[in-house]
Amino acid sequence: MPSTDELKRRIEAAIPDSTAEVEDWTGGGDHFRAVVTSPAFAGKTRLQQHQMVYAVFGDEIGGAIHALSLKTQEPADV
Amino acid sequence: MSENPLRDAIDEAIRENEIILFMKGTPEAPACGFSARTVAALQALEAPFAAVDILPDPRIRQELSALSGWPTIPQLFVKGELIGGCDIVMELYESGELAETLGVEAPAEAPQPAAAEAAPLSIENRLN
Repeated sequence: MPSTDELKRRIEAAIPDSTAEVEDWTGGGDHFRAVVTSPAFAGKTRLQQHQMVYAVFGDEIGGAIHALSLKTQEPADV
Repeated sequence: MSENPLRDAIDEAIRENEIILFMKGTPEAPACGFSARTVAALQALEAPFAAVDILPDPRIRQELSALSGWPTIPQLFVKGELIGGCDIVMELYESGELAETLGVEAPAEAPQPAAAEAAPLSIENRLN
C-alpha cells in the first residue's frame, strides 16, 4: 500500500524543483490528496499540470492508488 | 473504422455530445463522491450534459483512458476536448470560469454544490 511519504518522494523526484504536500484523504491508504508546487508548471494548462503528476504513477492510478486529488500551482501563486 | 468498436463508440459519443461526462453511476445516482461533485457543479450551472456510466463494463474505462490520456473518473469533455476530472471542474466552478468553459450562461446566483468539500466517503464500486 503506498504511503503519503512515498507519493511525496516520487512526485518531488519526478517533477523539477517541486514540493508536494500529500495527505491520506480517508485514512484508508488509497485516496490521496496532493498539493504540488513547481516552476515546471509555468505556461501549462491545469490539465497538462495534472497530467504531469498523474504520469508519475502511471497504471497505479485507479489501481493501488484509487484516487489522487490534485491541486497544482507555480511557486509565484503561493 | 478501427479494429476497436468500443473505442470508436466512445470517440463518437465525445464528438457528438457538446458536453459529456464519463462518470461512476448516473447523474441521479452517482456511485462515487468525485462523480457526484462534478455532476453537482454542472447541475448548479443548469448545463445540459450527456452522461455515460463507466461501471457496467471495465473496458469502457480502459478504452476511455487510453483515448484521453487521463487515468481517473470522472472525465468531462466539452466540444470534443477533455476539460479534466473532478478537481479541475471544481476549480473552474469556484473561480467562475466553468460556465464559460461549458458555453452556458451562469445563473445569477450559482449555489455551491452541496458536497463540495466532503471527503469521498460514499459507496464506491470496487469491482473494476
